[in-house]
Amino acid sequence: MSVFIDIGSWVCIVLGAAFTLIGCIGLWRFPDVLSRMHAGGVTETLGVLLLFLGMGIQAFVILPETKMALLVAGKLLMIALFLFYTNPTTTHALAQAALWGGGDPETGEQKKDEGTSSKT
Amino acid sequence: MFEFAAAVTLISMAIIIAAALKGPTVYDRILAVNTFGTLSVILIALYGFLDGRPEFLDIAMVYALINFIATIAVTKYIKFSRLGRSVDVDEAEDI
Repeated sequence: MSVFIDIGSWVCIVLGAAFTLIGCIGLWRFPDVLSRMHAGGVTETLGVLLLFLGMGIQAFVILPETKMALLVAGKLLMIALFLFYTNPTTTHALAQAALWGGGDPETGEQKKDEGTSSKT
Repeated sequence: MFEFAAAVTLISMAIIIAAALKGPTVYDRILAVNTFGTLSVILIALYGFLDGRPEFLDIAMVYALINFIATIAVTKYIKFSRLGRSVDVDEAEDI
């Protein structure tokens, strides 16, 4: 039974690391500020939550005392909840600032570059 | 397997630094720095498990708090050119 818990936590950690890498590659390759935010959301929600879930399960496997493992898992849960609530807030504020000062977003239809008034 | 996750996180941090240096506008750079802070939280937590000392999670929590406050502050500074009271966008241009 504990073997399956171990394997499940490793699957969570590997999937979280993969989603983190996918989000960072998207943030490097996407053409626009808003689409880059869309790619960065993969890192900040799915990657972080899967990695911390895997680490929280792994704490009960590694640590000998249940009390200490509960403390570690509680800290991990607090960090994950904090990131889960504050990263969309940050992205919202940044998207509003980018819409205010960064010019029009790319839509794929405008090819002539005549209406783009970029201040920065 | 923690080593694998830490290595992937380090590669992601290298990509993020390159994206922060590349990004054409200031908003790309702010987004990249915010993601870099999230990745450093992950890396500190992973290092605590690698070293066998879970006290590193407290440092990771402090990093998450500082990352949020810093990104909001920088965004507000870019948008309003100040950190004090919030003004309207129309007022901010003629001060």
